[in-house]
Amino acid sequence: MIKAILIFNNHGKPRLIRFYQYFAEDMQQQIIRETFHLVSKRDDNVCNFLEGGSLIGGSDYKLIYRHYATLYFVFCVDSSESELGILDLIQKMYEKVCLSLQVFVETLDKCFENVCELDLIFHMDKVHYILQEVVMGGMVLETNMNEIVAQVELQNRMEKSEGGLSAAPARAVSAVKNMNLPEIPRNINIGDINIKVPSLSPF
Amino acid sequence: MALKIVKGSIDRMFDKNLQDLVRGIRNHKEDEAKYISTCIDEIKQELKQDNIAVKANAVCKLTYLQMLGYDVSWAAFNIVEVMSSSKFTYKRIGYLAASQCFHEGTDVIMLTTNQIRKDLSSPNQYDTGVALTGLSCFVTPDLARDLASDIMTLMSHTKPYIRKKAVLIMYKVFLKYPESLRPAFPRLKEKLEDPDPGVQSAAVNVICELARRNPKNYLSLAPLFFKLMTSSTNNWVLIKIIKLFGALTPLEPRLGKKLIEPLTNLIHSTSAMSLLYECVNTVIAVLISLSSGMPNHSASIQLCVQKLRILIEDSDQNLKYLGLLAMSKILKTHPKSVQSHKDLILQCLDDKDESIRLRALDLLYGMVSKKNLMEIVKKLMLHVDKAEGTTYRDELLTKIIDICSQSNYQYITNFEWYISILVELTRLEGTRHGHLIASQMLDVAIRVKAIRVFAVAQMATLLDNGHLLTGNMQRNGICEVLYAAAWICGEFSEHLEDPMQTLEAMLRPKVATLPGHIQAVYVQNAAKLFATVLRKQEGTTDSLAAQETSQLLIDRLPLFVQSANLEVQERASCILQLVKYIQKLQQKEVEVAEEVTALFAGELNPVAPKAQKKVPVPDGLDLDAWINEPPSESESEDEKPKAIFTKEEPKHTRPRHTEVDEKELARRREARKQEQANNPFYIKTSPSSQKVYQDQPGVEHIPVVQIDLSVPLKVPGMPMSDQYLKLEEERRQKERSERKKKEKKKKREKHGRGRRADSGPESEEDITPAHHVDIVTEEMPENALPSDDDDKDPNDPHKALDIDLDNLVSGSASRPLTDNEKLPVRTHRPAEAVKSPVEAGNGESATPEPKKKKEKKKDKERKETPAPPADASAEVAAGSEPEEESKSTKHKKKKQKKEKEEKEKKKKKKHHHHHHHHHHHLHSADESVQNGTVEEEEEPLPPMSNYTLLGENSYIKMVYDVQGNLQDGSQVVVSVIFENKTDHFLKSMEFNVLDSLNSKLQRPEGSSPHDGLAVPFQLPPGVSNEARFVFSVQSIVMPQKLKGTLTFIVKTEDASTHEKLDFKLHFTCTSYLITTPCYSDAYAKLLESGELKSSSLKLEGVIMPFHHLLARICFHHHFSVVERIDSCASMYSRSIQGHHVCLLVKTSNQTVSIDAKCDEPSLLGNVLDEIKHTFSQC
Repeated sequence: MIKAILIFNNHGKPRLIRFYQYFAEDMQQQIIRETFHLVSKRDDNVCNFLEGGSLIGGSDYKLIYRHYATLYFVFCVDSSESELGILDLIQKMYEKVCLSLQVFVETLDKCFENVCELDLIFHMDKVHYILQEVVMGGMVLETNMNEIVAQVELQNRMEKSEGGLSAAPARAVSAVKNMNLPEIPRNINIGDINIKVPSLSPF
Repeated sequence: MALKIVKGSIDRMFDKNLQDLVRGIRNHKEDEAKYISTCIDEIKQELKQDNIAVKANAVCKLTYLQMLGYDVSWAAFNIVEVMSSSKFTYKRIGYLAASQCFHEGTDVIMLTTNQIRKDLSSPNQYDTGVALTGLSCFVTPDLARDLASDIMTLMSHTKPYIRKKAVLIMYKVFLKYPESLRPAFPRLKEKLEDPDPGVQSAAVNVICELARRNPKNYLSLAPLFFKLMTSSTNNWVLIKIIKLFGALTPLEPRLGKKLIEPLTNLIHSTSAMSLLYECVNTVIAVLISLSSGMPNHSASIQLCVQKLRILIEDSDQNLKYLGLLAMSKILKTHPKSVQSHKDLILQCLDDKDESIRLRALDLLYGMVSKKNLMEIVKKLMLHVDKAEGTTYRDELLTKIIDICSQSNYQYITNFEWYISILVELTRLEGTRHGHLIASQMLDVAIRVKAIRVFAVAQMATLLDNGHLLTGNMQRNGICEVLYAAAWICGEFSEHLEDPMQTLEAMLRPKVATLPGHIQAVYVQNAAKLFATVLRKQEGTTDSLAAQETSQLLIDRLPLFVQSANLEVQERASCILQLVKYIQKLQQKEVEVAEEVTALFAGELNPVAPKAQKKVPVPDGLDLDAWINEPPSESESEDEKPKAIFTKEEPKHTRPRHTEVDEKELARRREARKQEQANNPFYIKTSPSSQKVYQDQPGVEHIPVVQIDLSVPLKVPGMPMSDQYLKLEEERRQKERSERKKKEKKKKREKHGRGRRADSGPESEEDITPAHHVDIVTEEMPENALPSDDDDKDPNDPHKALDIDLDNLVSGSASRPLTDNEKLPVRTHRPAEAVKSPVEAGNGESATPEPKKKKEKKKDKERKETPAPPADASAEVAAGSEPEEESKSTKHKKKKQKKEKEEKEKKKKKKHHHHHHHHHHHLHSADESVQNGTVEEEEEPLPPMSNYTLLGENSYIKMVYDVQGNLQDGSQVVVSVIFENKTDHFLKSMEFNVLDSLNSKLQRPEGSSPHDGLAVPFQLPPGVSNEARFVFSVQSIVMPQKLKGTLTFIVKTEDASTHEKLDFKLHFTCTSYLITTPCYSDAYAKLLESGELKSSSLKLEGVIMPFHHLLARICFHHHFSVVERIDSCASMYSRSIQGHHVCLLVKTSNQTVSIDAKCDEPSLLGNVLDEIKHTFSQC
């Protein structure tokens, strides 16, 4: 089982946190701080495993992490997960022949086209949606990258067809524009045409 | 109205979206908190609006703020609102927020049940997917119970995307609602062979998680997994399966033998390091489980060790780390094969990576032998000197001590060497393990009698140089060793060469700067030394010297009498008075040495650490009872005195009130700590202050004053451990040469014989200890209780999942699912049928208890029954020997297929009435045959149960089952499964029945008796779902038939049509019976009462084993077996209105006679008719 997935930057600022076991918010922050403290003091050329911190897990748990440019990707897992398997999941590394094992980071890369920290900062929700297709409830759901990307894209398309979250304000703006404010008093003045006003709202 | 909407949109325009919020936070780096609090105010405004888009946007922002550590639980209700939006965009936002911040304590969760259920059955697969994902994060026991059956249905969804999510989430459901495991397991197992690799991998994942915690219940799946392992190409799945086998092999060594070959092949063939590594791991597990040697095992071990060596030598640090990790597993059982790689592991100690160094240290622990202990420890000592950073150095220190002290000092041949190692370790500046070294010194000195002379001499030197150790006292844990040194010198003072000098050393004024508990030991042991000195001096009749000694004490002790530490003060003043008195006596020329020595006579024996726990509690002693009135909460406890004479754990304090529970203790401790921390007059003891200091982050950055070690602690007379190493080598050399000489002699004596190559590495046994040591074992109380201390955590959620699943799948003693094990399916609850939860709870909790007992009894009975018919026994055997099956899988498959066909033929003959089954039910029936148990058919799982066809047309099929309501004597529950047979959507289903005088459909309050009931779900194409309807009945003695109609709308792409289906509901008398357990004595009383009318029935030509017959009556007619003797059994059931129905079933030569008794003759008659009908169909 995966107990938590944390992404934070070189200064320990969280970019995505996903706990699969309940911790109160302040505890979550403490865990992030502790994990950052453990991970950040390690050189880049040492191994990617850490025997778990004191706050999360205990002896059965391990921190498996990767450091890319400005970001740390940390998985806290128990002994049922294969260490190298999780690393594969973070990024394909130890796979040379079999292409079926794939990656969270590569998926992000595909979905955001050359992912960088800014993408994660501004689109935390999207990163979550991608992660949801890879890991569910602490268990690995899918390792086939093509499948993951396909499902993410289908859902995005669906969101687009609904107009998306950002489309709503745009529509509001156009509604306001269509109102043609100076005309409204005139219409009212005319008196019997003021029935038009309700028809203005295309909602 | 319109204006309001327009106004809303204008407001909306100025809302920040997530990106704006993030940008804002980044632009307000200085006053981030202030900025965020204004944002939260805005969000609160937005949440008050009606527009769902605005709300969703606000919730999305909250999710971001939650990540930054803000508590957003106040918006939980709004999150639920957004979750229930019909638009996917908003729903997804809502579920994401819920998954981030909902937990079991969130009270609005109970509002979500219906919404989630609706989303689960949504036609849009992504709505379902989002709901499943969200649910996986915040599922509660209630949600799990209410939604288990819905999720189970989704496991057979047409879309693999949904199937895999549904399968995966089942694990979470099992954890929260363990009762669901048994009913769901067959389907879960079925998913192992799902055509979609994603679903398959999810099923493997879930079963692996389950099996990891309770492996023995999943052994029977081994053949299936074996098949998967040899066929799957998905590395992720392979890794999981191989890991699972690692957990299974310790339970079934035969499985291990099977595995070695395919695993070895994989090791050779795979290029994926992750897979290779897991294979090696499992092979190791297999080899560990096979304790008895098979000839070719050494080859497998060699292969593993070889591969691991490659990993360790790899430049990739991860592989190196894992290689070491796996190596340590081999070490446990095959230390020899690892020991040959000692050089490699010692090399790893120099690695720059601390994780790797620690792993290597772990390995060294297991690699030591008598022969190499000194050498390895020497290397480690070198590393101690080199090590940077206190953490690693401390780790090294503990490892050295662990290595030396392991298994009762098994590998130490020379304790003088060990003592000097310990003394050398005291040079470590800034270690927090002073107490560890101290306890080792004490332990060795007490338990190894032969070493005492040496130890005492060493300790005396330590005491003499004590000031060197206390340079930086407050931060220094190392002064703890002085505690040990003082105690040893005092207790074994008879071995001291110059006790007077040591006495002086112990009474130096500098001692007063030591922590209190150490001073106390100093004072006490000064008294012991004093006794020894007196004896020596009086022996030489030098009375003046003796008086001088007394004077020394009288001069020095007042310093301690003034100590702020109570313990020191008390002891010092006691001893001071004593010495004054002695001095008086001395002045009168009285010999006192004898008496003074008597004060400290007697030997202290070492006591095992757990001895106290193992003392058996005498009869009649209640340890939990209060001896006196419990102390009031506010009473501030004084700090417990430091244990003075505890040798094993100087830091251990025994809780005074053992009866106070752990939590309370923790709370008090916390409060006390707080109090102490705030109390300026409280003098903190050094170990605890040391702890506090260590816990602060970034200890490494605090500059530690390094003592100049260029002048090492080489006090004259203090031997260095290295010398011992040399001495030891010389000694061994000598021994070896002597042995050689002897051997040569021998050879000369028996020349001509085959010459043995000698001077190979000496074996363990060859090394003799330098001098004989007698390690005193620790004492245990008489008749100590044997106990295993490593009890599992009682709170482990996985304990509840330790459910025997075998008999679900195979096995002759199968236990069918009982009614109370069935998954709860949602029912519509008519207003009057709703009971208070307490009442309902009582009803539920009251029944299962006796039922379970009953089950067990039944199991036993079944086990005792004679062997099942030939065909069944053959298959049962196949089921119970999984290895055989895997040995010749192909062959077996063919056979199985044949058998399966035969079975099916038979089944068709036997059960005509079964052909109406719902498709997935049929599926599970198939499977039960595949698993090879005939009993499965006779005692079927509920899905293949009593469901009979209610009505069918080209659109829809309905099957139903009627059950009595346990809680209400006038109600029956009709469960109807609706199956959509079309490619279209079925919606607006309405279920209506024409009530009779006797039986009425329960409708919600306020509706007319002709209104239909809406079926609470829609049916996507090809999907089935179950709804329950409650009927009230008045008389139950006669069977009833009710006419009814189902109306529904078929929605095709361009049109929707209204359709209906008529049906007839048949309430048999059997359906009024409820399986009720009855004990044989109660049963006998019932029969004796004479209030029951009797009737009887004869069945001819029944060709089935008796226990099948009984199971059939139990299952179809809701009876339970009271007692069974050979081919005769008594059975019992009860109607919902409390009628007792008793059966006596006998069989002989295909004739079954049933004598029945019941207090209602017409009910009995009808039940017997129905039983007859059941058997006439077979």
